[in-house]
Amino acid sequence: MTNVSIIGIGCTAVNEHWDTSIRHLAWYAIEAALDDADISKVDALYVGNMLAGQLSQQNHLGALVADFAGLRGIEAVTVEAADASGGVALRQAVLAVQSGLVETALVVGVEKMTDQTGSPITAALATGLDADYEAMHGLTAAGAGALLMRRYMHEYGVSVSDFAGFSVNAHANGADNPLAMFRNRLKAEAFAKASPIATPVSLFDAAPAGDGAAAVIVVNSEKAMDMSPQPIRILGSALATDTLALHDRKNPLWLGAAERSAQKAMAMAGVTPDDVDLFELHDAFTVLAALSLEAAGFAAPGAGWQLARDGQIGRDGRIPISTFGGLKARGNPGGATGVYQIVEVARQLRGQAEACQVPDAKIGMVQNLGGAGATAVTHILGV
Amino acid sequence: MEVSRHWRLQEQRYKLVGETCDNCGVKLFPPRDVCLECAAPAKELYTFTGLGEVYSYTTIYDAPAGFEQQAPYSVALVKLEEGPIVTAQLTDMDEDEMYIGMPVEMVTRKLRTDGDEGMIVYGYKFRPVQFEMAVK
Ligand SMILES: [Zn+2]
Repeated sequence: MTNVSIIGIGCTAVNEHWDTSIRHLAWYAIEAALDDADISKVDALYVGNMLAGQLSQQNHLGALVADFAGLRGIEAVTVEAADASGGVALRQAVLAVQSGLVETALVVGVEKMTDQTGSPITAALATGLDADYEAMHGLTAAGAGALLMRRYMHEYGVSVSDFAGFSVNAHANGADNPLAMFRNRLKAEAFAKASPIATPVSLFDAAPAGDGAAAVIVVNSEKAMDMSPQPIRILGSALATDTLALHDRKNPLWLGAAERSAQKAMAMAGVTPDDVDLFELHDAFTVLAALSLEAAGFAAPGAGWQLARDGQIGRDGRIPISTFGGLKARGNPGGATGVYQIVEVARQLRGQAEACQVPDAKIGMVQNLGGAGATAVTHILGV
Repeated sequence: MEVSRHWRLQEQRYKLVGETCDNCGVKLFPPRDVCLECAAPAKELYTFTGLGEVYSYTTIYDAPAGFEQQAPYSVALVKLEEGPIVTAQLTDMDEDEMYIGMPVEMVTRKLRTDGDEGMIVYGYKFRPVQFEMAVK
């Protein structure tokens, strides 16, 4: 168990925020988290971001965001690990507070997709892959998901429509989340007919890229008891990596980094999959939801999709996932996604999830993936 | 775009030059200098035959910048006969002809063009194995 707890959370809606700059997005989330924690100062800032350098010609977000948020002078740095940037930024804050060198750490994940439109965004998202040996051959993030999905279907004898349950569940939960990018319900029949992005991945299979920011504030757990009426403990925290390129993995259908980070985080927390009440996983594509459930030990290899088919991933199911819509319906704001996941699980454990509430949620697991699972960071939260 | 970046990969792009590990004997593509299997130094060059089979494939409709004019195009994981898997486009076939396990061979084709007057990048793609080649 770590000695670190969350005392403040906040986020913006995920959407196409045409009228909002990256610095404003970050500030809105930070302002909400500072208000929630009822503090005005922090000692260090970790910014999770993937694409600002490419899409907004803006690097150096640590100094920019600290300055703009009225925190000029503090230690501040950007953390980049593709779309795992947000979860990895929290991991850095946990290490800093656990070490005792930083008292109050602020994490903000922020992504501004809509400074560009269309193919430049697709190209920017592909920079999480191997530039020389994947992206130069035209592979995209969705293409990598598609290569996994096609192979999964081949090895385990399942069809495209067998993945529908993941998107149906995500949209059903997103419909109850006012901050979600998509609030429409999805019919399973429509899933297999949706227009292709990278076959067999379709528009109803892939998570939409959106703008957004989310923030959390962490302090030492003893201090948190005095500062917050409902501190959320970070019971486990672990990061692992795999080969950057899919083609270098002995078995591409096994997310080794996801398994290792989940195992380490669960061991640190002293829990097993049976103890976990909900799991916010990285459903950038439905096949990643299936593979993440398998890697974390909620299903046998090749059986992850059956949890969706059997209705076990809903809020009253065996292992609720995507409880605020997940990446698929809440939206996928790249390097901010991992912090949204933390905010959402904290709301569940506080009992403040409103229409999205999972009954009696005590222990929540959060896993944020970068690229095709080359980075995996897992946190276990508890009350 | 970055000329030197493509120039220094020409042995890989045109000839599939990878490496062999002296320690465990595994063949490596792309070359990586430290063996993927045993972490020993792997610096002996090895030129792959370019024969393999489709391990998985996708046809990409939502193309990134630089590939818009090619879309839709197909990208595969190709398992080379020496063992490694390589990411490359499939060419000279329609999507409905593709299947997992399909025998394919390497050819050199245009990978992408950077703008109307930009540099053209060539490299490996894979096509169905030709009959003459297969019996040789
Ligand atoms: Zn070796």
